[in-house]
Amino acid sequence: MTRTVPAPRATAESTGGFAGVGRDEASLRRFLYGLPGVDQVGLERRAATLATRSIKKGSKLRAIDLAISMIDLTTLEGSDTPGKVASLCAQARRPDAEYPDVPPVAAVCLYPDLVRGAVERLAGSGVQVAAVATAFPSGRSSRAVKLADTALAVDSGAGEIDMVIDRGAFLTGRYGKIHDEIVAVKQACGNAHLKVILETGELAGYDDVRRASWLALLAGGDVIKTSTGKIAPAATLPVVQVMLQAVRDWHRLTGEYRGVKAAGGIRSTKDAIRHLVAVNEVAGPAWLTADLFRFGASSLLADLLRQRRTQVEGHYAGTEYIGAS
Amino acid sequence: MSLSPPVDGRLGVAKTFKLYIGGAFPRSESGRSYPVTDTKGRLLAHAALASRKDVRDAVSAARTAGAGWSGATAYNRGQVLYRVAELMQARHEQFVDDVVAAEGGTRRKASGLVDAAIDRWVWYAGWTDKIATVLGSVNPVAGPFLSWSAPEPTGVVGVLAPQASSLLGLVDVLAPVLATGCTAVVVTSQERPLPAVGLAEVLATSDVPAGVANLLTGRVAELAPWLAAHAEVQALDLIGAPAELAVELERAAAGTVKRVLPRPGTEPDPTRPPGLTRLRAFTEIKTVWHPVGR
Repeated sequence: MTRTVPAPRATAESTGGFAGVGRDEASLRRFLYGLPGVDQVGLERRAATLATRSIKKGSKLRAIDLAISMIDLTTLEGSDTPGKVASLCAQARRPDAEYPDVPPVAAVCLYPDLVRGAVERLAGSGVQVAAVATAFPSGRSSRAVKLADTALAVDSGAGEIDMVIDRGAFLTGRYGKIHDEIVAVKQACGNAHLKVILETGELAGYDDVRRASWLALLAGGDVIKTSTGKIAPAATLPVVQVMLQAVRDWHRLTGEYRGVKAAGGIRSTKDAIRHLVAVNEVAGPAWLTADLFRFGASSLLADLLRQRRTQVEGHYAGTEYIGAS
Repeated sequence: MSLSPPVDGRLGVAKTFKLYIGGAFPRSESGRSYPVTDTKGRLLAHAALASRKDVRDAVSAARTAGAGWSGATAYNRGQVLYRVAELMQARHEQFVDDVVAAEGGTRRKASGLVDAAIDRWVWYAGWTDKIATVLGSVNPVAGPFLSWSAPEPTGVVGVLAPQASSLLGLVDVLAPVLATGCTAVVVTSQERPLPAVGLAEVLATSDVPAGVANLLTGRVAELAPWLAAHAEVQALDLIGAPAELAVELERAAAGTVKRVLPRPGTEPDPTRPPGLTRLRAFTEIKTVWHPVGR
């Protein structure tokens, strides 16, 4: 399960690795079905084993700070208002008002129409503004609409775009359509970072997760992301491991670093630290940075801050003393 | 596990005494247990030895359960507490056995204590919808306002149960917490924890929502400081606290401005008629000023 994906046969001999794979539907399918299958039992057992690691004291405090700095603080509700975005931005800059040494989060993640206000509020803070685009969360629309959605976000100043793939197309094997769509959105992003949401809860099994991961990497996604957060199950440790294996193998074969974002369902510090252990063990310590690993979460931050206070103050802390939502 | 002797050649069914957290009966997170003996020093059973993480889990459970329990109507809370009395009555004999084993004395005396414990539930069940009437008021104010005050539950209450009276003493401090709409994390009598586990089994089957009452067996001196300093505990009952820790616990509780019922000099006799002290201790008075037009 930990073995490296072998260099794909026909296509990867050329330098740059995978130049010809996305050429047409047939070669894409040949490549994706040539990927080795995932050993489900072994994968889940390894995830369970890694989850038993005990991280304490100083290491725990460091892990908590690292996790905070990796959060994409998210609000993706129909009821979002500029006021809510403003308070989210304030929290992103300074997560715990009483402890200025808590690092800011990596980004805030919003719907495109709310991006402009957030960009103004976060100017100079180093916190990125990420926008979901391409008919999030279902991805059920025409390419023109998806590109317009992306353009709205980019023009409003979003530094990162979270796109969704067309799961319907994926499940019916139209990989070329998804590939071309990702390429087109990547182009529309300009300098913005592109995260590709696979929505693993709607894919059929770990083999599909591996194929979707490689498809997104081949098409040029900077980061592969587990879920929209609208579907359960969202990010699970085994799924994140399969995706981490994909970016690790991509790096081994091409020398490029691509990232992973675990989104949805991670609510506790314990869970977050388990993911960090998996990042370190599966991908490697190089991925323990906000550039290459992210948590997409809304309630996780409050628990991280609470556990941080528990570590610093020596007694169990309460959320009502923190003011995090 | 308790060591019950073989009866009529049949093997005894040994019982494992566990904690009661969030409506479930888990072993201690630490995996520890400790021997419990009767008054003559004979081994009765091993009880779970709770750790600070069990305290943490219990507080989380109590906090989660708080919204539902404090939001339930007082009438409904009264019904639930009465049901606890019903089920204790049904297990009367078992509680008598447990109390005799834990506290010694005659069955007759123990039976009286169990009766009193059951009656205590009924008494507090009757109080649930009368607290607001007795502790609340309509205030005469010099202005065009209707001003009234009403008690509201304080929140999560940490209770260090009496050490000597294993069942009646426990009910005497737990029932008022639940009657006010607060949720409880109780550290039971350290040397006499088995009747409390019996009570937990009654609570689990008597419509008391999961997490409203949580019972931990273990060393009081080990658990109390974590409970006293926990920021999500809003009130602390120190009736069963070790004398040498009482001041330190009050100081820790002050760090998060808890309501504290201080440790009495000697453990009060639980058979005395109960008063309003405990109901009042775990409520906050909210006053509302409503403008009246003319």
